[in-house]
Amino acid sequence: MTDTTIEHVDTADQSAHDDDHEAHHGPTDAFFIKTAIVLAVITGLEVAASYVELGALFLPILIGLMLIKFFAVVLIFMHVKYDTKIFGQLFYIGLGLAVGVYVVMLLCFQFFLK
Amino acid sequence: MSDVVKETAQDAVDIVEDHAADVHEHDVHAGDDHAAHDDHGGHHTSLGLSNTKLAMWLFLGSECLLFGGLISTYMLYRNRTSGDVGPDQLWDIPFTSASSFVLLMSSLTMVLAVSAAGRKDDRNTKLWMGTTAALGGLFLAGQVYEFTTFYREGLGYTDSLFASSFYTLTGFHGAHVAIGIIMLLATVGMLAKGKISGDRAETVEMVGLYWHFVDIVWILIFTLVYLIPA
Repeated sequence: MTDTTIEHVDTADQSAHDDDHEAHHGPTDAFFIKTAIVLAVITGLEVAASYVELGALFLPILIGLMLIKFFAVVLIFMHVKYDTKIFGQLFYIGLGLAVGVYVVMLLCFQFFLK
Repeated sequence: MSDVVKETAQDAVDIVEDHAADVHEHDVHAGDDHAAHDDHGGHHTSLGLSNTKLAMWLFLGSECLLFGGLISTYMLYRNRTSGDVGPDQLWDIPFTSASSFVLLMSSLTMVLAVSAAGRKDDRNTKLWMGTTAALGGLFLAGQVYEFTTFYREGLGYTDSLFASSFYTLTGFHGAHVAIGIIMLLATVGMLAKGKISGDRAETVEMVGLYWHFVDIVWILIFTLVYLIPA
């Protein structure tokens, strides 16, 4: 094997190692701080939206901002984006069932009690 | 003829030797992976994943159902008020927004603690976990103040379906925050005394997962309960 080939293989190994390292340890502290700043700004926008007359757009905007905050914390702060998929899947199963419970409850009250 | 037999036999020997070398190399790499896994502190399991972490995620999934039920109940009964004591008369949005901001920032300090624990930096891990507990305490103090104010303004626990569902939902969340603070302080104490056996980073990460869950539940409560008018 020539020196060039060995160097190429070493670089590839290093790249794979870096990817693995990033996948295991996730982002840097600076990225977490930036994420928190964005979340704080979104919270400010939510509060501002509740004081402004937005008409029919009010509810979709508020729910949209809430979901962005929710999934930003789940994916970044809870490392779901960077961790083994099965952990996130277990959480999403619970979340899906919870949303299902809410929808079924609303439907029950809508169709059977009115 | 004999040459052909010899060549064929030699080829067979080469193939077997190559295969044996491959198997040996694979075993060596598997050993490396195992060692690396052990470096990160996880026990070797049949799934190749940490059982502790798996259990925590299962627990959080089940907690989604608990809070899903509580939030659903509140959403159904939010208009079932008695007298003039309803959300529009009680909510103090600037105060609750400040509380939400405090809890959100506690998620940042928690993730910084987890990051420090990953670097085996015990000093900063304890510092950030202590800060997280302090911010959690501040949030809890705000909730106690809010409950006291609402009670003085005439919202008793059994006064209406709205009151019962509101106090139950936010009370359960507050209890989770209180448990989280106890977990944080206990972990800081155990880190200080070196009483955590096994992987310290994973222990801190488990507390972090629980704390972030408490935060995401509040993200839902803040919008659905406080910001959307009844």
